[in-house]
Amino acid sequence: MKLKKRIPVIDQGNSLGFWGGKFGGNFVPETLKKPIEDLEILFNKLKNDKKFISERDRYFKNWVGAPTRFVKLENLTNHIGGAQIWSKVVSDANGGAHKIYNATVHCLLAKRSGKKIICGDTGAGYAGKMLSMAAKKFGLKCKIFMGAKDIARQKPNVKAIKKNGAEVIPVYSGSQTLVDAVSECMRFWVANCDTTAMCVGSTVGPAIFVRICGWSTSQISRELKAQLIDEFGSIPKKLKLYNCVGGGSSSFGFWNEFMDYDKKQVEFIGVEAGGPKKSKKHAAPLTYGSKIGILHGAAQYVNQNSDGQIEETESISAGLDYPGISPLHCFLKDTKRARYTAASDEEALSAYKLVTKFEKLRPSLEPSHAFFVALKEAKKLSKDTIVVINSCGDAYKDRGILKERLGKKYVKSN
Amino acid sequence: MLNPISVAFKKARTENRPALLTYTVAGDSSKKQSLDILKSISKNTDILELGVPHNTPVADGSQIQTSAYRAIKNGIKINDIFRIVKDFKKFDKNKPIILMGYYNMIFQYGDNNFLKKCKTSGVNGLIVVDLPWPENKDFAKKCKRKSIYFIQLLSPTTTSKRLKKIIQNSHPMNYFISMLSTTGGKLKVSPREILKNYNRIKKINPKKEIVIGFGITDKTIGKLKSADGLVVGSAICKEITRCLNSRQNPVTNVGKLVRKLKDKIK
Repeated sequence: MKLKKRIPVIDQGNSLGFWGGKFGGNFVPETLKKPIEDLEILFNKLKNDKKFISERDRYFKNWVGAPTRFVKLENLTNHIGGAQIWSKVVSDANGGAHKIYNATVHCLLAKRSGKKIICGDTGAGYAGKMLSMAAKKFGLKCKIFMGAKDIARQKPNVKAIKKNGAEVIPVYSGSQTLVDAVSECMRFWVANCDTTAMCVGSTVGPAIFVRICGWSTSQISRELKAQLIDEFGSIPKKLKLYNCVGGGSSSFGFWNEFMDYDKKQVEFIGVEAGGPKKSKKHAAPLTYGSKIGILHGAAQYVNQNSDGQIEETESISAGLDYPGISPLHCFLKDTKRARYTAASDEEALSAYKLVTKFEKLRPSLEPSHAFFVALKEAKKLSKDTIVVINSCGDAYKDRGILKERLGKKYVKSN
Repeated sequence: MLNPISVAFKKARTENRPALLTYTVAGDSSKKQSLDILKSISKNTDILELGVPHNTPVADGSQIQTSAYRAIKNGIKINDIFRIVKDFKKFDKNKPIILMGYYNMIFQYGDNNFLKKCKTSGVNGLIVVDLPWPENKDFAKKCKRKSIYFIQLLSPTTTSKRLKKIIQNSHPMNYFISMLSTTGGKLKVSPREILKNYNRIKKINPKKEIVIGFGITDKTIGKLKSADGLVVGSAICKEITRCLNSRQNPVTNVGKLVRKLKDKIK
């Protein structure tokens, strides 16, 4: 299995949509074959269309707020005493997380295809919040599927979704988290694909959704590349990019523009959710060696039992609480371009405490996983190493959990 | 030897009626009860569809989901399903059985192992909901080598060009999804419209048996009689749930429901 140079990774799948011949594909009911093919034709045309790209860039700049900040975390750097620690503050984006890029592009595509309704899944609530924002902006009706457990633990985002005029549909089946929300959303699309567009909230699902999402979030690394050159004159000789990985949309977007660099120069480190220390359950299929299986239309490494039933996950962060992982990351793992590891719930919380103690930055529980591993490794790295962590979400949504686990003083009001 | 599925269609045709296909989830609500249900409906149904329960089903509505979750919770495993098929065939060896499920379960078992087990336990056909054409080409070939029908799904969204290709490559039986819906949705298209689509498909190759499924109940089945076969699934799963909730016997009640369905298409 080999990663090709000078070809975007999203376009490296074969004719059936498999990366490396075995990850991804289109394991979908017959009814979805036609709407998926229509979306493929539309996207393949528009992704090279100059007018469409400039329309996208205009919305990213004026509405999403590009570029998001790239800042040095001076206090943390001094405290850790190793590599230089920087952060790409993607939570600056309109709405407070990277999910806005994919949501915007899906709404632009829905408009072009003449669909009036858009449906989407959400875990932490960010994908749902952003889709509801974008739908409102572009005049589309919006339905958001969310697990009942996640509705209870991510209330601020649920409120925001409703405020944007979208309908929140609670999902009570299975574990009542993201995995069930995605299933229910796909079922809704099966029954309504003639009038409704679907937005899958991460780089998961049938191949076309993986590609659209990866294409959209790549905005992050396009900005970062320019910012690095601006700051250092060129891409640093030792650069390490840390990102949390749930479905994998922010990490893929954070890395994409640096794909062709040698990994000795630009290393990618993906941090999965290891779950509670005392629990056997986790959301880290790459770290803990899960087998390849099929989930939500794509072949990927996925937590499952020997019969092929998808296993329940456990993580403090709703956004990472997914048993599978993007086919793109399976491909990056097996081609050894990226390295994957996990942080536990407790480790993510400790990193959150440390970051908020030293910096004016408030990463949500998802990027706190990446911060933990980055800060741990930065200690042992030379001063000329540049460590960048994608702070891809803001902790406002986590205030309930933070209050419960860390006490009142860690909850700042917005 | 002719596949018992084809024999069943022939028999129904001589009786001037469509074949009746019933769907139940294997292991719902227990291994024993699901076998007893098969036995109790056997004489009034032509082909038995047995669902392999999966916990992330992307095409099933709430009735079948409820049955599937119940079966999984009660511990059903793939090998138990093969055992149910084998035990049933001891009771009625000529009644055709089709397994219906999602590809991950087959993939984890291994294509070849799975088909070998199908053969030895007496499975006659397979429907794999999330393995569409052309992705299913290789798997369908493997089925053919074991004389097991791989049943292609056709939908109202399937384009004419695609329909022709799928049917050209298909085994003797195919399954037409009546409308845009998950299983068990309310029939939102008129039976006339469904039959119009059905006839369009049938004309491509009249020799292929085409069954219609999704949204068919005892209320609607009579209006679709001109098809080669009709599948009832969610309505049966719903009856099992109703019986369990009201402490009635699912075995006798599902038996009665299937007899009623049969009466409607005579």
